[in-house]
Amino acid sequence: MTEAGAATNGSPNGNLLEAKNLKMHFPIKAGILKRTVGHVKAVDGVDLSVRKGETLGLVGESGCGKSTLARMILRLLEPTDGEVNFEGRDVLKLDRKDMLKVRRDMQIVFQDPYASLNPRMTVGNIIAEPLKTHRIEGDKKKRVQELLEIVGLSPEHYNRYPHEFSGGQRQRIGVARAVALNPKLIICDEPVSALDVSIQAQVVNLLQDLQKEFDLTYVFIAHDLSVVKHISDRVAVMYLGKIVEVADRKTLYAEPRHPYTASLLSAIPIPDPEKERARQRVVLAGDVPSPSNPPSGCSFHTRCPRAREYCKENTPPLEKHEIKSGGPDTGEHRVSCFFPVMEGERIEKSASSSPYHAGG
Amino acid sequence: MAMLEVNNLKTHFKTQDGVVKSVDGVSFSLEAGETLGIVGESGSGKSVTALSIMQLNSKPPVEYPEGEILFEGQNLLETSEKRMQEIRGNDVAMIFQDPMTSLNPVFTVGNQISEAIRIHQKVSKHEAKEKTVQVLRDVGIANPEQRAREYPHQFSGGMRQRAMIAMGLSCNPKVLIADEPTTALDVTIQAQILELMIDLQEKYGTAIVMITHDLGVVAQLADKVMVMYAGRAVEQGPTDPVFYDPLMPYSWSLLRSLPRLDTAGEVRLLPIKGSPPSLIFLPDGCNFSPRCPFVKDECKNIDPSLEEKRPGHAAACILSADELEESKQRVDAELGVVEG
Repeated sequence: MTEAGAATNGSPNGNLLEAKNLKMHFPIKAGILKRTVGHVKAVDGVDLSVRKGETLGLVGESGCGKSTLARMILRLLEPTDGEVNFEGRDVLKLDRKDMLKVRRDMQIVFQDPYASLNPRMTVGNIIAEPLKTHRIEGDKKKRVQELLEIVGLSPEHYNRYPHEFSGGQRQRIGVARAVALNPKLIICDEPVSALDVSIQAQVVNLLQDLQKEFDLTYVFIAHDLSVVKHISDRVAVMYLGKIVEVADRKTLYAEPRHPYTASLLSAIPIPDPEKERARQRVVLAGDVPSPSNPPSGCSFHTRCPRAREYCKENTPPLEKHEIKSGGPDTGEHRVSCFFPVMEGERIEKSASSSPYHAGG
Repeated sequence: MAMLEVNNLKTHFKTQDGVVKSVDGVSFSLEAGETLGIVGESGSGKSVTALSIMQLNSKPPVEYPEGEILFEGQNLLETSEKRMQEIRGNDVAMIFQDPMTSLNPVFTVGNQISEAIRIHQKVSKHEAKEKTVQVLRDVGIANPEQRAREYPHQFSGGMRQRAMIAMGLSCNPKVLIADEPTTALDVTIQAQILELMIDLQEKYGTAIVMITHDLGVVAQLADKVMVMYAGRAVEQGPTDPVFYDPLMPYSWSLLRSLPRLDTAGEVRLLPIKGSPPSLIFLPDGCNFSPRCPFVKDECKNIDPSLEEKRPGHAAACILSADELEESKQRVDAELGVVEG
């Protein structure tokens, strides 16, 4: 990609970010010679696109590779293989100087507001740090105070230290730091998971307001599917280092096609006693397999209530799912499953129905 | 007689900065086979209530200036430590939140479970081992003979929590206190554990105290609910009315601030402003008044006590049920929310 191409706003197809066949295999070293004896396939071939101005939700259980994927997109981790195209140019091929420029446009909000703010720096210095790193001209103090106001804190908090703030307030500081450089993309890595329920809504609303105000694009990572449903335009579901289903929000939650998505959705308790009593849960048996030794074929077949012999030997590609006639085509719905759940179909309860279920 | 009855329990901690009233006048009762859900934010006194029942708060600094905890008519606050050791784990058992820190890493899982059995029951080592394998099988651990010989680090998160439940249930307790048993787990594993607890309750008729901040879990499991805020019960009642017709602004706000799987994305969340108060410097009047969306001037002067507003359904708020209904509609109208 040429320099000229990078100067335009995004790639021609309207995608701000595109990841192609992204892989992260961490070596497992053993013995005194530290020989590599295997790999943890944390992310194993992910294709992903994020459109300008949208929020892409990324969900999955712990260890499925969500955070690793986020870190690779920002190049905080160097991928084993693949491409990350940001505004049409491959981020992974940039040198230090160009990378620094691109970093202005890509920021991150971390999960733990207690660990991601340096306790020895004042809030003012924390938020001003990106401005210093990128040598932004102008009155830094004024800009920081402005940012504090934007995220709903008082400008007088400038000289305070992180320990003087509550969890929700700290997360606001993290958000202020992320928007300081007017980025185009913000990756939110479980930004509300560590917060109390009454505080979560404050931060979620703040993120939504900022998106409108500054025309931001979000990749929103969470394990809480309700929060993701609330904030996202499109949602991608990950399982064991791969994306198993991606669709726009309404379609994914109303008509999940992948058995994993369907069971994940049915596992979430709803704060409504009557609905809870009426619900039929699909309780998956067993645990997520180890990514160092993923199952053959479809990686979900060990827990899948619909798995057949065929799934054990063949890996399903992430393919476009046919949209039924009648319904409006609201975007791409991709599923990686040989036997997707069809409309109106119920997936059977797991445990005994699956011949392959892993014990435990 | 109720299986477990807590009357006006006060658990205070003396610190250098002052007295922390972690639990300040909490009452509830629980019958066999019943589930009570205790919800609240961190620091609201949920866990301290649990630890008070188990008599596991370290003394000093803990003090119980008032109240009683009656287990089958026996006041646990006045029983000797020796008698308490007979009750703890045998009649009243507890499952902790984090299974990694509550299992001992240097003993095998089987060893730790059979220890509990051997302390409370007069059985031989061999019989205890058999019982251990049995309870591990009960909680759905495959290959229990082998697993009993393994160490906690060889178990996955969900299996560790199962092992904790197995240990809790090994002596068939009458009351099981579960302190956020699924918070550290993934949703699919959470669903497994909750289903397991429901099954075991049906099988053994255990009374369960379920402590959680997840209102969804409460909706799924509980027969009755207690909402805690700043060390007090602010709303108490059967599950359905508390969810559908909350009588305390805090419970209402909590329900409105949650993104829900069934409605998420359609309505803007209504956050609760501010954060929970410090337990040393409580606000004047009602503890929730600085954050309350329906606050009135009187709220800063009157500290409301928990009163029955509808049969069996109590709340600590000076607003009557009708006034509250009006306020809810007013706030909704201001936000432009259409009842759906």
